[in-house]
Amino acid sequence: MDNAQPALAPTLAAISDPMMAGQPKSRGLLSDTLRRVARNPGALIGLIVLLAIVLLTLLAPVVAPYDPTRQDTQAIRLGPSLNHLFGTDTFGRDVLSRVLYGGRYSLPVGLVAVAVASLFGVLAGLAAGYYGRWVDTIIMRFVDILLALPGILMVMAIVAILGGGIFNLMIAVGLAAIPDYTRVVRGAVLSVRESEYVTATRVLGATGPRIMLRHILPNVLPPVIVLMTLGIAGAILLGSTLSFLGLGIQPPTPEWGNMLADGRTILRTAWWVSFFPGLAIAVTVLAINLLGDGLRDALDPRLRNR
Amino acid sequence: MGPYIARRLLQAIPVLFGLSVFTFLILHLVPGDPALALAGDRPLSDAQLQEIRVAYGLDRPLFEQYTSYMAGVLQGDLGEGFHSRRPVADSIREAIGPTLQLALAGVIVAVVLGLLLGVMAALFHNTWLDSLAMVIALLGVSVPVFYLGLLLIFFLSFQIQIFPATGSEGIRNLILPGFVVGFSSAAYIARLVRSSMLETLRQDYVNTARAKGLSERLVVVRHALRNALIPTITFMGLQFAGLLGGAIVTEQIFSRPGLGRIAISAINNRDFPVIQGIVLVAGLTYVIVNLLVDLSYALVDPRIRYG
Repeated sequence: MDNAQPALAPTLAAISDPMMAGQPKSRGLLSDTLRRVARNPGALIGLIVLLAIVLLTLLAPVVAPYDPTRQDTQAIRLGPSLNHLFGTDTFGRDVLSRVLYGGRYSLPVGLVAVAVASLFGVLAGLAAGYYGRWVDTIIMRFVDILLALPGILMVMAIVAILGGGIFNLMIAVGLAAIPDYTRVVRGAVLSVRESEYVTATRVLGATGPRIMLRHILPNVLPPVIVLMTLGIAGAILLGSTLSFLGLGIQPPTPEWGNMLADGRTILRTAWWVSFFPGLAIAVTVLAINLLGDGLRDALDPRLRNR
Repeated sequence: MGPYIARRLLQAIPVLFGLSVFTFLILHLVPGDPALALAGDRPLSDAQLQEIRVAYGLDRPLFEQYTSYMAGVLQGDLGEGFHSRRPVADSIREAIGPTLQLALAGVIVAVVLGLLLGVMAALFHNTWLDSLAMVIALLGVSVPVFYLGLLLIFFLSFQIQIFPATGSEGIRNLILPGFVVGFSSAAYIARLVRSSMLETLRQDYVNTARAKGLSERLVVVRHALRNALIPTITFMGLQFAGLLGGAIVTEQIFSRPGLGRIAISAINNRDFPVIQGIVLVAGLTYVIVNLLVDLSYALVDPRIRYG
């Protein structure tokens, strides 16, 4: 991957260009895709639920009934009631408020990790597919090595190297997901590399990075968009798993994974302490997966004209 | 088939080499002095740090360190845990059995449940059975492993006491954790088998098989299912790393011994030789499993056997 970076670095800024340029063709794809997603009930439900979760998370300071860190010795391990909809935990903290604030840690982990993974993964995949030969060999062997390690173990190793904390967790989860993007983009590049429009651009004098970013990238975007959507779900799962294991975001910071771990030992007597944070993860990931599946169907050229 | 096996074996070499380099470098990627990383949280004097450097060969050139590390690895010597104070190979040898057992239980659950749901969904395409199978599949990829584990413990161990919540002896203790490990892979397999079978059932040769009077059962088993097996086996091979990871997490939930327990305690204690050992062994296991998967293609698909 390091081999590809220097060549691509100067044109990094150009990545957003073809996407934002708003050529009539890409606008057509966008509105067409939105129309298809809107017609898919599953995807629509996913989108609505996801927007609701994001909104509630953003508005946590306004909608949360209590301070998520305030301990109330008069309200220890109370079951769900009208005062505490999701009950209270061992320290008398309101579980609902903690779940609402928890999204402020769990969701960004997913977003930033996918940004890291897609940036490096897509660049490496473009280089591997476009240049082929030894560049391809080196990048793909590297990908093979990353794929040989369980994602969770990979993230654990990186956390051990970098140390804990939310930032390192984001980086670690992102690094572990790079191979997915590289493989998908490489495959897509291989299928368009020999097309006439690429040859035409080359004949006109365009150089490698320009051809890759301006002409190939927009054409391989659909699978990347699908992968990024589903990838956010995967990254949220992986990030909360690490926190559940005590290796990610540490208590008392409210994060869905570590809240679930908190309630694990008192599951028998106070199920609500872990039930609701887990439900928050499951519903969020389910909503993203529904949306991702809908996007895949909408963007799949084989299904488009049905 | 000989050249096919030889080619697969050769392809594994660069991956194994890269894996060994990555594992070796873990210690050196830690920002700062590797001797300090080895020391972890313990405050050590300069003389003690120098002792560590000499004992672990950190005073020698990197390349020399790698070759001596590899010489040890090839003889089954993974170094000594700085915190655990015992040979890493011994710790891993003890822990890997329960983990592989759990991962294998997960494989069985994934394949059986995945095939069952996938075939059901394809045969009853567009009926409520199809929808039910796909809803289960969607849940499988969305519910976190640790949440599924806790829910099952709550309902099946605490509420109606069918399965034990903890313990690692015998099959009964393997059922719940095995289900937890295999469930998400089962969900993927169900989707894979469903789409592959729907595709195959539309093919001309399936119509031919029906036309010549084969029973529906034979058509499904011999033609449709057989073609769905290749993507399933490929997926299981690629997914094995995921299953191993799932086993590591699941061990924590069910308080089972295994790689998960030593990995987590190694990371908390910053015991790098142990972390290196686990990463190396996990990667090696993955490579071996995928070699076996590639070889099993030859058994399922005659085009590869004679190709």
